[in-house]
Amino acid sequence: MGNTLIYLLEKEIKQFVRDPFLPKLALFFPVMVILILPLVADLDFKNISICIVDNDNSTFSRRLIASVQNTSYFRVHDFPSNYKAALNDIEQNEADLILEIPADYEKSLTRQHPQKLSITANAVNAQKGNAGINYLMQIIQKTIKENGSQVSSMNSAYPEMITIRNFYNETLNFRFFMIPALMAMLIILLCGFLPALNIVKEKENGTIEQINVTPINKLTFTFAKLIPYWLMGLLVLTIAMLIAYWVYGLAPIGNIGIIYGIALLFILTMSSIGLIVSNYSSTMQQTAFVMFFFIITSILMSGLFTPIESMPGWAQTITNFIPPRYFIEVMRGVYLKGCTFPDVSIQFLKLGIFAIILMAWAALSYKKQL
Amino acid sequence: MGTVTVENLKKSFGKVQAIAGISFETVAGEIFGIIGADGAGKSTLLQILVTLLTPSGGSGTILGYDIFKDYRKIRTLVGYMPERFSLYPDLTVEENLQFFTKLFNVRQSSEDLSLNTFARQLIPFKNRRAGKLSGGMKQKLALSCALVHNPQLLILDEPTRGVDPISRTEFWQKLISLRDSGKTIIVTTSYMDEANLCDRIAFCDQGRFLLTDSPQSIINKEKEPIYAIRGSNMFRLLQTVRQWERTKACYTFGDTLHLRIDKGYSTDELLHFLKNSGCPDVSIQAIKANIEDCFMQLVNNPEKAETTIN
Repeated sequence: MGNTLIYLLEKEIKQFVRDPFLPKLALFFPVMVILILPLVADLDFKNISICIVDNDNSTFSRRLIASVQNTSYFRVHDFPSNYKAALNDIEQNEADLILEIPADYEKSLTRQHPQKLSITANAVNAQKGNAGINYLMQIIQKTIKENGSQVSSMNSAYPEMITIRNFYNETLNFRFFMIPALMAMLIILLCGFLPALNIVKEKENGTIEQINVTPINKLTFTFAKLIPYWLMGLLVLTIAMLIAYWVYGLAPIGNIGIIYGIALLFILTMSSIGLIVSNYSSTMQQTAFVMFFFIITSILMSGLFTPIESMPGWAQTITNFIPPRYFIEVMRGVYLKGCTFPDVSIQFLKLGIFAIILMAWAALSYKKQL
Repeated sequence: MGTVTVENLKKSFGKVQAIAGISFETVAGEIFGIIGADGAGKSTLLQILVTLLTPSGGSGTILGYDIFKDYRKIRTLVGYMPERFSLYPDLTVEENLQFFTKLFNVRQSSEDLSLNTFARQLIPFKNRRAGKLSGGMKQKLALSCALVHNPQLLILDEPTRGVDPISRTEFWQKLISLRDSGKTIIVTTSYMDEANLCDRIAFCDQGRFLLTDSPQSIINKEKEPIYAIRGSNMFRLLQTVRQWERTKACYTFGDTLHLRIDKGYSTDELLHFLKNSGCPDVSIQAIKANIEDCFMQLVNNPEKAETTIN
């Protein structure tokens, strides 16, 4: 088995290197994903368009408007004379948010029961609407507080502002949250898709027929298909980690060995899935379609973009069977929290089980006889 | 015992019966040709023989090993060349040869290779990618790869399809010299001239062998006269001849028509009929039946085939 494996590997690597397209892809892909995606996949909303209806026209309202204008979160679209005109702007999709300041608001602040400000948000994009409301409330509270020295007896009327401190990603930089997950996406795409296309390519070229009449055994053949992607996955991960460090200054707080360890298991899992799909399909189209479905599902359910905790209960159960979930957890843990091995041993165990089962399945599903 | 012995072999794909009960036996050191139209089941039969397909029924042994149980052993003993070129197009000629040599775990020096195969002819191209070879060269390389482990039985699926006449001749010379060195060769072909080069041939149609014999005795057994017809407008001539009520079969053969007629009638009557039907300049000549005539006769009259076999 040993020698045969080496000959097969030699052949696989020669084929990979000689491919006019694949080696370039393996270099270009990580660079592209880590350089560009963190900049665009940003959930920090900026430039939210706001309409302010100022019925008060007091010192306070002007101060409030000035603070809104001073942040980069908001872009004041207009100062309509009444609420109806402002609502029209939302309907035209020109404004995301309306802030209405009632008449005599400043005066009412000194009373026991002050008047209420009204905020209206366009919630077609719920996240953006919510974010806008949150930012705006913070600005309003801050302005009222600053105003406090001039307005008497206000302390009783307003509770203390809540102080928030963000652990692990103190600047709440969304990029830092995304980069470790994007590395997972890279491995899913390269080490999942390419092996899937590999065996089916041998089927389409007919070369599998010549291999099948040789006395080579299933396990050797499967290993020879998996190992090259192992090497490639580790290379791609290294490139991605270097770019993350040089461009964004993001280095893992925890031990880099843990990252490589979990990556070894994860690549094996993904390549095995690729091979399984490849073994069951007879054309590239079938493989590509099944893999595409699988990859989209795992990206959306692995917690890459949306937190698993906010999914419905049944969906959370399903995520237990999505291997990328564990890799992403470990990557974020080690990168942002500095997790040590005992912290992530559960993920190692689960991913290890996946790797073994799927690898065995990949070897068994390769049929030398039709 | 024969090199290959199969008994009532069957293979179905769903409802389609690709092999409908084939029995035959080959002896060591013969070229056994399987002749048949596309879709007759030839490739399926060969895939069963090389253990790529499991038959749905029947039994068989290859070099003494059971085709159901001992497929691992059979694979090390048989050389197979699929219908499609199935070497790695992105590896060079030399790399392909070495790769398959290594997979069969045989230690073979390059001298052995060149003695055994076409490798000598391939030496000038050894650094060329297999995908960039000409059709004839590809087939020579494929045969060389099928021979790396010095198999006693070679199974070749339409090895000369799409190959130029010179390479075809060379290829067959090679097969004959391999046969002379004691190897058994099972080959499918749709070229009738190649059928004559086989020691024995089997006519395959709709998953059955209609007839198995040596080419010479098949021709000798054919008693019915065949007529070759030539004329100016061949297509019109063919249609007109087919209208004649005494015509049993008429089909094109190269630039002539071949004709069988009912017993007891002469071609003079046909000439007369043709003249009346507006085909004047026609020459008719009695000829000896060739392999293709026998094949056409069998395919068109399968009931006759059964009796010939028994």
